[in-house]
Amino acid sequence: MALDPLFLSRLQWSWVISWHILLPAFTVGLASYIAVLEGMAFFTGQALWARISAFWTRIFAVSFGMGVVSGIVMPFQMGTNWSRFSDTTANVLAPLLAYEGLTAFFLEASFLGVLLFGRKLVPAWVHFFAGLMVAAGTLFSTFWILSVNSWMQTPQGFHVEDGRFFPDDWWAVIFNPSFPYRYAHNVTAFYITTGFVVLGVGAWLLRRGRSTAEARVMVVMALNLLIVLVPAQIVIGDMHGANTLKYQPAKFAAIEGRYDDVSPLPLTLFGIPDDAAGTMRDVVEIPALGSLLLTHSRDGTIRGLESFPEDQRPPVGPPFYAFRLMVGIALIMLTVAVSGQVLRLRGRLFDSVWFLRLCQWTAPLGFVAVIAGWITTEVGRQPWTVYGLLRTAHSVTPSLTGTDVAISLSLYVLVYLIMFPTGFAVMAGIVRRGVGAGAAPEPVEAGRPTPPYLPHSVPPPAAVPGE
Amino acid sequence: MAQSFVPIWTVILGLGIFIYVALDGLDLGVGILHGLVGPADRATVMGSIGPFWDGNETWLILGGVGLLAAFPLAFAIIIPAVYFPILVMLLALVFRGVAFEFRFKQPALLRIWDGAFCAGSLVATFAQGVVLGSFIQGFKVEGRVFVGTSFDFATPFAMLTGVALVFGYGLLGAGWLVLKTEGPLQAWSRRAGRVCLVGTCLCIAAVSLWTPLASATIAQRWFGWPNTVLLLPLPLATAAVAFYAWRALGRDGDLQPFLAAVALFLLSYLGVAISLFPMIVPGHYTLWEAASPESTQAFLLVGTLVLLPVVLFYTGWSYWIFRGKVRGDLGYH
Repeated sequence: MALDPLFLSRLQWSWVISWHILLPAFTVGLASYIAVLEGMAFFTGQALWARISAFWTRIFAVSFGMGVVSGIVMPFQMGTNWSRFSDTTANVLAPLLAYEGLTAFFLEASFLGVLLFGRKLVPAWVHFFAGLMVAAGTLFSTFWILSVNSWMQTPQGFHVEDGRFFPDDWWAVIFNPSFPYRYAHNVTAFYITTGFVVLGVGAWLLRRGRSTAEARVMVVMALNLLIVLVPAQIVIGDMHGANTLKYQPAKFAAIEGRYDDVSPLPLTLFGIPDDAAGTMRDVVEIPALGSLLLTHSRDGTIRGLESFPEDQRPPVGPPFYAFRLMVGIALIMLTVAVSGQVLRLRGRLFDSVWFLRLCQWTAPLGFVAVIAGWITTEVGRQPWTVYGLLRTAHSVTPSLTGTDVAISLSLYVLVYLIMFPTGFAVMAGIVRRGVGAGAAPEPVEAGRPTPPYLPHSVPPPAAVPGE
Repeated sequence: MAQSFVPIWTVILGLGIFIYVALDGLDLGVGILHGLVGPADRATVMGSIGPFWDGNETWLILGGVGLLAAFPLAFAIIIPAVYFPILVMLLALVFRGVAFEFRFKQPALLRIWDGAFCAGSLVATFAQGVVLGSFIQGFKVEGRVFVGTSFDFATPFAMLTGVALVFGYGLLGAGWLVLKTEGPLQAWSRRAGRVCLVGTCLCIAAVSLWTPLASATIAQRWFGWPNTVLLLPLPLATAAVAFYAWRALGRDGDLQPFLAAVALFLLSYLGVAISLFPMIVPGHYTLWEAASPESTQAFLLVGTLVLLPVVLFYTGWSYWIFRGKVRGDLGYH
């Protein structure tokens, strides 16, 4: 049989997770942004904030809906295609997934309804509170799911019995060695991703001369966030890398494209990896810089892939290139964030056409960086699902044939290729209509109560004589 | 291995899945009926579940990961065995989920998204019914893995349970529309509810006859002495509730049809549970054999006992905020 259920299942997982992760990458940051806007609206009472919030909430509703439906797919993948993984790891991992549902999903879903439809049905502070709860829900969700992923990278707090994992220490399981770094790195990445989208949309509105007051607020808020978070992210990323070097040396070697051990270590900028020959071709490198950047010492070195058994090495290509893409994007982001502040200090931020155009073009970069980072860490973990303990090849559902998975993968590809571009078009349409649109007939309206529960904007009926 | 938490997890998971069936059942049912009402009423019909649907679907995730956490072996066997029904259900849920947002923002494609919403609801419901039927029939298992093929789900019995669930969710949806709408649309919902009720009752009867004929264990459970007498109240209560639902759909009360539909589901659900207990992988593994270790169940139980009531509280709260009739003429957003 030419169709390999293992390979196709891996493709299918990559396909559904890659699309799905774009949505949390956006909604985690956006939920917090909306909570801030709601807070400003509540405390200042200025309509401007509520307008900006309503605008982004409309976009949030679309992306959150897509996040929900593409997210429901994920836990079921673990059963349909990775049932051996589920059977082996569930004792340790499943409660964390269940806690994600209990602490995050219900919080998000219930309060999102209030945020979207309830502006006139609940007091202003409750609406603000709903915004806070949605934002908290997204952060809780990120917490649990990354704890699960981190445990797969750096497992601890368990013992193995009959070939299955059993929990010993929940604290150790949840706060496994790579988790704090991964959590900080991801949440920061999500905030930055959202920041660039807000910046790009604000810049577009400014260039079109639409909703100028609101657009200026968006641009300034985004730039202030980015000038803090982009440099912070570079530091966090470096710490995350040091953690990987310590706990997942083979992944680190793949990222650096190092097959041999050398000291002092050069920094490989580019090369073409050849896993079969165990060497990099056409290398462009800077002598000794690798030691300095990666090990923070003059002659430090790392273990090359040659020193790992052949069946325990990840492929070098995807992590090597994806990592370089991610770091390259970080440098572009830093340039944008710094340029923006310089222009602002000179008072030329809002009429610098080239900069506003640059902001538009860099708007999607966060998504690319998130996917690149994801490829780096996930392909770098291969050939394991649980690092060093459970092989990907031993995780797949045994009853599946290649044809089964070919059918399901084709359907996922088809449906996602309809859904995601449409979702993007819908969100782009909301942006094109501008900030004010849809705010006038401010709609509550699903489940609108009958009197006496009148919307706040409607004056109460005059007292009937005799009552 | 001590497994003192298996009974409580059986109850929690049973409750969670029932809440999912009742809640997402009502909004999938509303989705099915959405395709049958006139274009003018569609916004109202969709508006009746607008603030709730994603919360309702969250129970599906909780059911799935709850099963994985409390009874991982059952998850690892059952889900691969219903590979295609699960696939179809997930894709159908994707379509109907995004249709909520897309239909209002792409007026040019309104009819396409309305179609996707209705067809997605219908297909997802049917697929869930097929999962239920396959589960009741049992799977081919060796050791800890499913060893049948991914097409084993396609049996006449599973098709019957698929149809049964379409009528059942349609009944729940009609009950919900009676509660949330007024005037001609409400009157229409009452009539649609009666059609679904007849279909549901016929299907319940067919499934109730088919299962004992197909399985000696289940026949023994229901017709062995003294079980027949002890279990007699269940079919009697089902008949009484069905009769009550028929009457309620014809009268004035707005809430009664929905409650009657929920009660009918609860009784059918108990019927299935009685047939299968204590098996979680019918024919192969009991709840105790498929359970995760006590340390796993205990760790999750602590949080669940605190969080589940909180979740129920604010889920109830959001239903309370959006109580009353929907006014579709004002649009959704």
